[in-house]
Amino acid sequence: MFGYYLDLALRSLKRNRALTALMVLAIAVGIGASMTTLTVMHLLSGDPLPGRSQRLFYPLVDPDPTRKDDREPYDVMDYRSAVDLWSAHRADRQALIVQSDLKSSAPSSGLPAVKLTMLSTTADFFPMFGVPFQYGGPWRAKDDAARARVAVISSDLNDKLFGGADSVGRVLRLRDSDVRIVGVLKPWRPSPLFYDVAGGRFSNGQTADFYGKPEDVITPFFTGLDINDGHFQQFTCWHIPDTPGHLQNAPCVWVRLWVELDGAGKVAAYRRFVADYAAQQMALGRFSHAGNARLRSLMEWLDYNGVVPSDVRLQTWLAFAFLIICLFNTVGLLLAKFMRRSGEIGVRRALGATRGAVFAQCLVEAGLIGLLGGIGGWLLTLAGLWLVRRQPAAYADMMHLDLPMFLLTFVAAVATSVLAGLLPAARASRLAPALQLKTL
Amino acid sequence: MEIRPILATLRKHRIPALLIVLEIALACAVLCNAVFMISRRVSNIHLFNGIDERGLVVVNLNGTDPKRASSEIPRNLAALRGIAGVQAAAITSSVPLSTNNWGWSFGLTPEANVSSHNTTNVSLYMLGEGGDRALGLQLREGRLFGPGEYAAGALGDAALPQGHVTVLTESLARRLWPGQSALGKTLYSRPYYYTVVGVAADVLRPYFGTWNPKMYDVAYFPVNYDAPLGTYVLRSAPQERDRVLREAVDKLQALNPAAVAKGSTYADVRAKYFADTSSMAWMLVLVCVVMLAVTALGIVGLSSFWVAQRRRTIGIRRAMGATRGAILRYFQTENFLLATLGIVLGMVLAYGINLFLMKHYELPRMPAAYFPVGAVTLWLIGQLAVLGPALRAAAVPPVVATRAA
Repeated sequence: MFGYYLDLALRSLKRNRALTALMVLAIAVGIGASMTTLTVMHLLSGDPLPGRSQRLFYPLVDPDPTRKDDREPYDVMDYRSAVDLWSAHRADRQALIVQSDLKSSAPSSGLPAVKLTMLSTTADFFPMFGVPFQYGGPWRAKDDAARARVAVISSDLNDKLFGGADSVGRVLRLRDSDVRIVGVLKPWRPSPLFYDVAGGRFSNGQTADFYGKPEDVITPFFTGLDINDGHFQQFTCWHIPDTPGHLQNAPCVWVRLWVELDGAGKVAAYRRFVADYAAQQMALGRFSHAGNARLRSLMEWLDYNGVVPSDVRLQTWLAFAFLIICLFNTVGLLLAKFMRRSGEIGVRRALGATRGAVFAQCLVEAGLIGLLGGIGGWLLTLAGLWLVRRQPAAYADMMHLDLPMFLLTFVAAVATSVLAGLLPAARASRLAPALQLKTL
Repeated sequence: MEIRPILATLRKHRIPALLIVLEIALACAVLCNAVFMISRRVSNIHLFNGIDERGLVVVNLNGTDPKRASSEIPRNLAALRGIAGVQAAAITSSVPLSTNNWGWSFGLTPEANVSSHNTTNVSLYMLGEGGDRALGLQLREGRLFGPGEYAAGALGDAALPQGHVTVLTESLARRLWPGQSALGKTLYSRPYYYTVVGVAADVLRPYFGTWNPKMYDVAYFPVNYDAPLGTYVLRSAPQERDRVLREAVDKLQALNPAAVAKGSTYADVRAKYFADTSSMAWMLVLVCVVMLAVTALGIVGLSSFWVAQRRRTIGIRRAMGATRGAILRYFQTENFLLATLGIVLGMVLAYGINLFLMKHYELPRMPAAYFPVGAVTLWLIGQLAVLGPALRAAAVPPVVATRAA
């Protein structure tokens, strides 16, 4: 029966090409617009580290004596708190993180000096975040303590400086120090760059920069502090630092700590540990309050920062309003189409087709239009994503149609058109056969 | 035009009529809000900025040795001034919209320091000698800095320079001392203090997000060449700026091989700052146009169906003496009635959407002026869309009435 309905539907679509084209176009445009924005939304609001994110946590304590417990702590920590929590090694893995800008050159590559971003972290960073390596590997924990002059570089920088060749063992000049390259990353692009996310609350929804690329050079934490001393930026300070750029003893927050905790028991224990640490620091007189220590999971932290840019969320709303307009449109056009065929439907009914059969036939026709619209919608989504990739936003280069979204395009198109077909099909199936036969 | 027969017909075709009304309502609501958002973005992109934007070129020199600043900066500037067509060149800490912000908080009483309450956060522009001319600052009141004040402005590693003079923007001066002249007043941040010697036209901060009342809170300070600054600004005739930019970058890179020289015209600095804003505005325009097109096509489709369905009725009316014009006007009036109903509903919906956006996206209330924009547009679209089917209806010959039903 379905094959017969399909045949009927095809004939009917061919009979009135203009109306068919109009309906397919309406569905295609609606689906194209909503799937483009939905894909952007899907890629930006997804989990940056699927399978790992639920084990990653972000502790915060509040060292600012001018604040009280009723406020959220700053989004990053002061040097001493972060290093204290890190060196306690209470979590399964823990990584200190600080980011800075520096000037670099590779003495052997013969290119002029370039300005780079540097991430300084501890050895656990790589296994904890599952960072993939192209050549070589991470440094070891003892290199952190020894302030070893080693570095891991991004695949982009490796392409730029060494033409993509295996550069392990080569020397890179970072400001005034030489470091030996021990590892080169594979292209790695967590979305968002979760470990650098902070301050989203104060950004008024302009959070596109959270989706930038990982840093060019990664050095051991304490090595980085030595190499780039005097060039670190604070997240904020509650007093003027004595020496700008050298923040180890300054009343400033600028260091992040990420920890990996496997299991609810460990999470609870670590939460207690952070709270106890704050209480102890208060007892020692370094903190003025200890009640607002926090431990958020990765996804909670992204949520707290509202990482999806408000423009993107706005576009998604817009696209859905648009889809609804297209839906109304299709309802109207299908109604016109089915009503125009009252005579044919009357004959079928008079020859014994049940109401259900007519209803089903109409829905098959609507579904077929949806499928055609889905193909158009898919092409328009590809075009839309091409447009998004040409935008200046930091996330532009990541935009592509993945398999789930590709399938969703067609599911949504067919579902929309069948939904639009319900009312016209119901009306068509309720036609009285005799009345229609008379007008033939 | 008799409206009652139209209403009677519409009552018989409730569902298609309702669909047109809903479509118009939704399109109208989205259009009002989208136009409002577009206009906010456009006014953001065109914010006033009181410097000579068209002739300005900015070159950043990064990675120089701060200890050698006092000898290198004058040498670099001399070389830049030697480029043909350069009218002025100077060093500054940053330029408006560069996102490289240097902020500080000042109070109005001598005991104020940077972390006191009741201070005002301002963006600082440290200018080397000639910086006012190179940027093309427009003085409104008082004076700009003298050579002695530039020489006294030692900065070194400190956050603020040693001198005691500053120039503010009009907006900042007005907010700090409403109704009075700012000249001779003093800004404090212990142990520093600065007397206002001049007020200049509003200039944007290096970074301020989107439109906000504090975006012009800017103060200028004179500094000498000991300050390790790295932003060179050059002014030339607008048609020469591209060549000046190329030569300036080459010259600075050649003089400072260990550093990284990067430059752009000021027009590009501005375009880059507002790139997101303008791409979003274009996106909204695109959505509006396609949405209106889809709405129009929907009206065309339904009206054509409608006309086809009523061919015989139209024939009868024609046979009984109705003119072509009367038939045409009938369909136009019908569409006008439906559009009006849709627009009324759309206005309510537009207001609701605006409330939702105000709550979730920090958008202000939409001015009432935007409502008629949506109304007029949809009336026009409706009339345009119905014109084709209505003309076809008017062309139905009276003889149709005589054919068998």
